[in-house]
Amino acid sequence: MRPRFELLEPALIDRVVDEALALLATPGVKVEEPEAIRVLTGAGATADGSRVRIPEPMVHRALDTVPRAFDLYTRSGRPSVRYGSGAVHFDPGSSGVAYLDPATLEARQSMAADLARITRVADALPAYDAVSTAIVCHDVPTEIGDLYRLLVCLANSDKPVVTGAFTPRGSGVMVDLLALDAGGRQALADRPRAVFDVCPSPPLTWSEFACRNIMDLGRAGVPAEMVSMPLAGVAAPVTLIGSIVQHAAECLAGIVLHQLAAPGAPIVWGGAPAIVDMRTGATPMGAIETAMIDGAYTAVGHRLGLPTHAYMGATDSKVVDAQAGLETGMTALVGALAGVDLISGPGMLDFLLAQSAEKLVVDAEAIGMAQRLLRGIGTPTETLATASFEAAGPEGRFLELPETRRLFKSEQFLPSPILDRQSRRAWLDAGGQDAFGRARGRVEELLASRPLPSVDAEVATGMVARVREAGAPFGLGKALPGVPAGFGGS
Amino acid sequence: MSEELFAQMRQAVIDGDPAAAAALAEQALASGVPPLDAIDNGFVPGLTYVGEQFGAGELFLPDMMLAARAMQKAVAVLEPEMQRQATERHVLGRVVLGTVKGDIHEIGKNLVGMMLATSGFEVHDLGVDVAPERFVEAAREHSADVVGVSALLTTTMAGQRTVIEQLEAAGLRPKCRVIVGGAPASSTWATEIGADGYSEDAIGAVALVRQLVGA
Repeated sequence: MRPRFELLEPALIDRVVDEALALLATPGVKVEEPEAIRVLTGAGATADGSRVRIPEPMVHRALDTVPRAFDLYTRSGRPSVRYGSGAVHFDPGSSGVAYLDPATLEARQSMAADLARITRVADALPAYDAVSTAIVCHDVPTEIGDLYRLLVCLANSDKPVVTGAFTPRGSGVMVDLLALDAGGRQALADRPRAVFDVCPSPPLTWSEFACRNIMDLGRAGVPAEMVSMPLAGVAAPVTLIGSIVQHAAECLAGIVLHQLAAPGAPIVWGGAPAIVDMRTGATPMGAIETAMIDGAYTAVGHRLGLPTHAYMGATDSKVVDAQAGLETGMTALVGALAGVDLISGPGMLDFLLAQSAEKLVVDAEAIGMAQRLLRGIGTPTETLATASFEAAGPEGRFLELPETRRLFKSEQFLPSPILDRQSRRAWLDAGGQDAFGRARGRVEELLASRPLPSVDAEVATGMVARVREAGAPFGLGKALPGVPAGFGGS
Repeated sequence: MSEELFAQMRQAVIDGDPAAAAALAEQALASGVPPLDAIDNGFVPGLTYVGEQFGAGELFLPDMMLAARAMQKAVAVLEPEMQRQATERHVLGRVVLGTVKGDIHEIGKNLVGMMLATSGFEVHDLGVDVAPERFVEAAREHSADVVGVSALLTTTMAGQRTVIEQLEAAGLRPKCRVIVGGAPASSTWATEIGADGYSEDAIGAVALVRQLVGA
């Protein structure tokens, strides 16, 4: 039996959906893009300026055409993130602006080489089912920041990519890169490798770019992931349940627009909500209430039959310390038990501002534990214990039993040396390091041992050429930081 | 008699009760208490108390927000009489605030604006997605001592530099100081673009502005 927990009773989920529908009708949603307003009003919505009221039947029609499940594929065509399958997946959190230098503990501006590092570490760790465009590359022209990050991910990993565009132009080039990688537009639509995050603005607003982006992605057949972020008490009602309603309203509006632009295109019910710390105005990602909003809106998504995503497994600590461990572990566990299809957040520190390869390595152990919990307590033997006792004899020789050797690996999650289970003596002999110290070593090991993905030379050349073409007007130089030497003739 | 009224005013602000604050302001006018006395001896001490308690972690953002609202209500009632008497509230300085062009994030900026206003600064909030020319225009119009430029996105933070450049081109620098804030900003960034200061949070921003205007 898979353990589950219930944050909202079914009747309360119904009330959440009812109130979200009521909000879509009054006051409606602010839609800041003319075509989006036309698309919505053309299907029955009414608009007063940018304020669009969406009647309930429109929402039901949209929900009828949304795919219940879809997969993100690896380069070799293996489904890796299976949205809607019931499995829980993890990827590194996205779009940090700083990188935690493991030697100095300084959170310095993130660079393309840091993204390559994070990507290769996530690529090497089985805990991660996808990589992500985890940080902003400050050594790359801002105008091509979004598409360049995707190139770095595609060049350093075979896994699916969780990404996002900063401009419509960026989004277009990014789809080109993915099509090159997949072997054409149709191949990309059939076996998508990436999902694009699209963010409504709290409260109840779809900005010009978000509207453009979600319609473009739908029409290109590229999966979109809505990242709704009610901030409880400041940009959303202070109650957790009120924020959950707002999340539902923002996402339902997004689904209506997306499905009108491209019926049947894949889209994910996701988010990065947070409570607001009323002492400072900060939006803690490691707070248990933040995780509760995530878990609860996931339940609403499940009820509507939608693929789900959430930002969990992150911390607000500035370094990889005890706070980082407990916030990451607790929120990842809540997400896993809530059955979120894809959890983004590992590696992240400081309110999602900073990424750390070392934290990614530590977090992989929390994920291993959470996944083990989800597998639950099985009954792989015919009797639960009596036959084992019979076989072990009066001395209790359990360690010698064939079933012990056969079953221990599925009964137990075997952590990496990141989790210390040695004697104090052995621990001291190995250097007496804490988890962060051990993670520093493990990052280097992973980077040294993980081979670079093998990408078809022609495909790589095509991708590099596309990025150079897009980057030339903005001063992209000859050097391609973060891209492995020799990739695409670079 | 005034003392008791002042105490009630202070309490109305602490309670964050705009209706009570407005009623007390009316009462002050009716009984001939000079509006400036009502503000300086009645309402401001309430705000000061709330600010101190906030700093000490005993009161919270909603307390600050509601106290500021109560204060605003009271001042709105007193303003016509102040104008008639041609008296002006002493302000510590004039601040123009806004979020850069292309960026619609405002929570942090609003907190800074609220805290500056409650600390005795005259705040002109231009809102979000503000073009650099608007910053220049407003800085000139209000004779701003400080212009605060907010950006949450790494893609829009370059706009903070543009605002500084345009203020310079307009000849308003260095008299008009510029401070920057927002998640991607930092002291290093502030120095790089020639800003006069950076603060990581709203409380720090108030201290920074005070220091810049010598208040």
